[in-house]
Amino acid sequence: MLGAAGAYALLCPATAHAQPRTILSRPIPSTGELMPVVGLGTWITFNVGDDPVARAACADVMRNFVAAGGRMIDSSPMYGSSQDVIGHGLRQAALTERIFSADKVWISSGAQGREQIERSRGKWQVRRFDLVQVHNLLNWQEHLPTLFALKAEGRIRYTGISTSEGRRHRDIEQLMRSQPIDFVQITYNPLDREVEARILPLAQERGIAVIVNRPFREGALLRDLARQPLPPWAAELGCTSWAQVVLKFIVAHPAVTCAIPATSRVAHVRENMDAAYGRLPDAALRQRIIAAVERA
Amino acid sequence: MSEWWTYTLADFLMFSPRTYWRLFELYNVAIWPAQLVGVAFGLALVALIHGNRAHRDRIIAGLIAACWLWIAWAFHTQRYAQINWAATWFAAAFALQAALLVTLGVLAGRIVLDTVNVRARRIASVVIILAVLGYPLLAPLAGRPWSTAEVFGVAPDPTAIATVAVMALVRGRLRWLLLAVPLSWCAIAAATLWVMDAPQAMVVAAATLLALWPAARGVRGGTPAAPR
Repeated sequence: MLGAAGAYALLCPATAHAQPRTILSRPIPSTGELMPVVGLGTWITFNVGDDPVARAACADVMRNFVAAGGRMIDSSPMYGSSQDVIGHGLRQAALTERIFSADKVWISSGAQGREQIERSRGKWQVRRFDLVQVHNLLNWQEHLPTLFALKAEGRIRYTGISTSEGRRHRDIEQLMRSQPIDFVQITYNPLDREVEARILPLAQERGIAVIVNRPFREGALLRDLARQPLPPWAAELGCTSWAQVVLKFIVAHPAVTCAIPATSRVAHVRENMDAAYGRLPDAALRQRIIAAVERA
Repeated sequence: MSEWWTYTLADFLMFSPRTYWRLFELYNVAIWPAQLVGVAFGLALVALIHGNRAHRDRIIAGLIAACWLWIAWAFHTQRYAQINWAATWFAAAFALQAALLVTLGVLAGRIVLDTVNVRARRIASVVIILAVLGYPLLAPLAGRPWSTAEVFGVAPDPTAIATVAVMALVRGRLRWLLLAVPLSWCAIAAATLWVMDAPQAMVVAAATLLALWPAARGVRGGTPAAPR
């Protein structure tokens, strides 16, 4: 199993289960810090404005995410009210010190990068961000030096760049080769596998951690898969849903550090976090997953 | 935006349908009973279009301007901007439409409706009545609670549709200036609903086209008549 070679285990309290379980984790190459392989995205799902009911639901999602051993929560100033909702949830559930905060800088003006990051930090209500990425490579020429400076000052711990849905891969690759970044965020799932050819091997070669966004194509992939029953081999992986099969496929790639499915439902975050436990598919099983997903 | 051709409409939808309808629910609760004022304004528009009272067109422009200004502030700025950063621009556009109506209609009296064309007037009335009384029914028809209903005068979509119906009656080329923002909003609204898989998108598109029909046919060109 790939999992045995690539994944590291951490003891996790796993309050939802009677027996303590070990969560699959991967080291961040630049420091060796262990990161659970399933994180939490917030695009769309956490953009709920000031709706108190929806905010409470998001806080519940975060509470369950951390209780299940999750750490990385990812957001961006582009995601509407998501940063405010994260901050509200972290405070409500007293989780600030237990999460790995990953945010982005997304503003055309390089001069306003620091100001935006500080504004975002205020919304999250964290002492400092663990990771700040240049969102969709927007003005990376000015933002990356800012991020490197912030890291040198100890105001952030890691730097990175992000893209989604296969955009600007040539630029991503060039930056991975030329810039001392810690993280790269890309889209990867059984259907969107372009990154397997160059970006994922390059990440391994250069020692760059990989965050995977849109693992379910914003739910479209799971809606298609729902039409077919879960294959018997899913049980070999301990999977009870297609979401878990897809997540295990993604995190089984040795270059992947963490996948960040987004949800606003407690049942879904528990289901997603279950994919961070147990066995991961080997190469043959990954091929069967691809075949099954392509049939859907 | 790099590689803009790779983006689809869905890529610009930054909230879930659940959040969108919940926005209206919370908004309706917060502004109650302003909805009643909106409905009264809408029905007054129909009565005014069919009537012949003094300063009719100035009053119509004023009523519609009040609705657009309210929506700019109470809906776009106070509510929608929480989940859509583009709402700040929408608010500016709605405020601009209100300013045009006040400047050109209420103050200058240059907005003159052609109510001689009976068919055009009837089409406008039907669309306004549908926007005022029919549009709120779409919520329960779609299986959503009444509290998510969109009401003329306080919600953007029915207000824009009814405004298109009225502005389509304006004489002269001024009508196209006054239609620019309402038509743009109807297109944005239909696109938003479309990517949310809401059948309501077709209602917005169809109602807008029906409302626009008199303008497309040319109600009456030429120089506006003397202000009323």
